[in-house]
Order: sequence, then C-alpha cells, then structure tokens
Amino acid sequence: MDKGTWRVKAGLAQMLKGGVIMDVVTPEQAKIAEDAGACAVMALERVPADIRAAGGVARMADPSRVLAIMKTVTIPVMAKCRIGHFVEAQVLESLGVDYLDESEVLTPADESNHIWKHDFKVPFVCGCRDLGEALRRIAEGAAMIRTKGEAGTGNVVEAVRHMRAVMGEIRKIQAMSQGELMAEAKALGAPFELVQEIHDTGRLPVVNFAAGGIATPADAALMMQLGAEGVFVGSGIYKSKNPAAFAKAIVEATTHYNNPDVIAKASQDLGEPMSGLDVRTLKQEELLSVRGW
Amino acid sequence: MVKVGVLALQGDFAEHIQVLDAMGVEALEVRLPHDLRKVDALIIPGGESTTIARLMKSFGLAQEIKSAVGEGMPTWGTCAGMIVLAREIVEDRPESLGLIDIQVRRNAFGRQVDSFEADIDVPSLGGAPFRAVFIRAPVIEGIGPGVKPLAYLSDHQVVAAQEGHVLVTSFHPELTHDQRFHSYFLKIPVGS
Repeated sequence: MDKGTWRVKAGLAQMLKGGVIMDVVTPEQAKIAEDAGACAVMALERVPADIRAAGGVARMADPSRVLAIMKTVTIPVMAKCRIGHFVEAQVLESLGVDYLDESEVLTPADESNHIWKHDFKVPFVCGCRDLGEALRRIAEGAAMIRTKGEAGTGNVVEAVRHMRAVMGEIRKIQAMSQGELMAEAKALGAPFELVQEIHDTGRLPVVNFAAGGIATPADAALMMQLGAEGVFVGSGIYKSKNPAAFAKAIVEATTHYNNPDVIAKASQDLGEPMSGLDVRTLKQEELLSVRGW
Repeated sequence: MVKVGVLALQGDFAEHIQVLDAMGVEALEVRLPHDLRKVDALIIPGGESTTIARLMKSFGLAQEIKSAVGEGMPTWGTCAGMIVLAREIVEDRPESLGLIDIQVRRNAFGRQVDSFEADIDVPSLGGAPFRAVFIRAPVIEGIGPGVKPLAYLSDHQVVAAQEGHVLVTSFHPELTHDQRFHSYFLKIPVGS
C-alpha cells in the first residue's frame, strides 16, 4: 500500500475538477458552502478582501479554526500557508488538511524560495501568472495549479490575463518544432522535460483552476470557457449580500459553463455581488499576484 | 455501436472519456436529462459525492437516472459514483439513488494523507493484479444477497461489486492505463 504517491496527490485534484472551491472562515460558512455544492473549502483566518483591508502580516490560520471546519464538513478541506514557509506547511499537514495552498494571499515568508513540495505527503496547489511560473511550481512538487488573479478585488480581469497567458503559451509550445523547445524552456525559465511534455500532450501535467477575483456565476463560466478546469471563489461569496444563493449559482454555472440558458437562470435575483476594486487603482505594494515568482 | 454516457456534473469525467476514446468507444458527456436519452450505458465518475448528488437533483437527473437504470441501462460508479448509486450511506449524507444493494462508508480510510495505491486481485478480470488508486475512498461495508463482490482489500473491505447491470468500484480505474475494468463494464448486458 503506497501513500502520498504523485498519482494520489495529483489524483485528488482530478476529483475536484468541474467544481468550485470556496474560501470559508467559520464552520457555519463551511456548511453553507457544502450545502451549495462546493467540491472543497479553503479554511482561512480572513477572506482575501479582509486581508487586504486589515494590512499587516497575513499568516496561516489558527489550527483550531482549521480543525473546527474539518470537523463540520465531509468534503475536502484546504488551507493556506505562506510562500516558502515550510513549517506552516508541516503544521497544516499534521492537522490532516487535504490540500495545501502555498499562497500569495498570505505574506511571503521567503522572497527567494518556494517550498520544496515533494517532501510532503499532502498535495499542494500553487498560483501562477504564466506558464513558466506554473511549470516551476510543478517541478517543485505542486500537484495542482491555479491562476493567481488578483485576490480580494471581485475583479476578474487579472484571472483572465493569467489564464490567457497560460493557455496561449501551451498552444504556442504545441505548435513549435522539437528544435525550438530548449530555447523556449530557457525563455520561460521552466524545466525542459515539462516543456517537452506540454509539446507532446498539449496540456499541463496537473489540473489547472482559476482563482482571484471571481465574483459572479458568469465570471466562473468565463474562466471555464477560457480553459480552467474548476474555480476558486474567495471573497466573492461571503462578501456578497446573499452567500448561499451566490454559492449555489456559481456551482451551477461552473458545471454548465457552456450553457448560457443555465447560467442566465442561475444569475437571476441573486442580489448585490461583492463590490469590486479597479485593479489599476491599486498601488504596486498592494498587488498580491506579484508575490512569488 | 454502443454509446457510453459519462455523467459530467463534476469530477474526473474527462479521464473516463479519455480511456473510452483510447478504446475506440464513443463517449458523450451527460449534464442534463435529455443527454441521457442518447446513450446506452452510463458511468458516474469520481468527484465529490455531495456536489454530484446535489447537481443531479437540482437538474432532474436523479429521477432520469433512476428510470434509465430501472429499465436496464448498464451503469458503473467509480468512488463518488459508487456512493451516489448505493442503497445506503453509513452515518452520512448525501442522499443516494439506491440502485445497488450495498451499504457504503464515505472517506473510509481517512483523509487525503491516507489516500493510497495498491495491487488488488480481481478474479473476474483474470490475469495480473489490478493497480487500484484509492483517493479519500469509500468502502462497501454491507452487501445484499443479490450483489456479487468482485474485489476485496481485506477480509471485510469490499472495494468492487456488481448487482446485475450495476457495477461499482471504490477506486479509480480511469486514473491508470489498465483498461480491463472498462472492458469488463462494456461487456455487461442490458439488464431487466
């Protein structure tokens, strides 16, 4: 019996596909998410919009908060650790969390190195802005990738930019000749073997979700049509006026992302979504997606 | 030529379709009730069983699947698919379809860090042991008189079973390159 194998780690992400992973800060919110059809929850101390508002150093959640959420729901529970903070990762693994997000939403602990994720039995998801970043994280052991987007803004523009970058670069590599791949690996700052694999298969070797700024059912379906295999919704649910309704509608729009009739129906009478931020008005030091490399 | 529908509400439906494609079998995604009318057999994939069960219910698929399986459509559930097909889920949700007479325990081996791969004997497939991938997997704790166990992990842990035209596995044959379970399923005749 072999535990913690690559197939088992990447496999859980495959089981999450087509689903919505929702940020929650209390067991009650976790229950609402589960009842709405979330395929997993992300247990946090604060949702990104509140992290943005609070400022200061954002760290992993209090273990008692994570444990309370794990006790409340039967769906997988994820938690975030700081970029490079492998002890936070060890702590969350020891709690029995199902997936770790080495996340730019928290304040980085190491500005040079990400966690060497192959050392862990628990699988990791990491953010990316382009294909090179995705492949560096996969080489370090990430068993799932998500776009960074710009978390806590309720503005999908950065998630779109990052997803288009990743998918466009995959298409470009697929069309290249064998002789061009090494130079492309150099340009991307990515391991050659993974560039070769993308050339051969036309896809990332792990599941790729969208995250960062998704606030409505149509946003979720947009990301799916652009190539995401599922979505993370952070502040978009519990910063809206009617979280249960938004949660359910985003789940339905994610499943039926190619069916405008279903998305239209799911979008009706939801009330106010979270209020959004124009990303262009944010100062450089307020941007979360530039953290990590 | 048989057309296989794969329930595509959530989970690893694309992996099942890839295996079927590689075998030269036509596969269709099933998302709404009318999709089910175009297929001769159905696979309910791995995924999150509470999510799949909820979406099945709210889009009218639960009832449609019950009638189709009732009329004999060969159906196979892997992992979450096994949970939603079961008669009873021990100490837990979600509401299942009750299409195979088994009692199932969800997350029977623990959390993700306890997920594993193992070689298991499946006499009905013949040949070498089957590499089975268990991800937050359920286990069958009780089986009715009409159900045939196909594989055990230990004496008390049934991990594959069949009742007539309904097949269930705790694990994910779609995550390996071994097509024997898919071939076995495709040979199951329409039930009565």
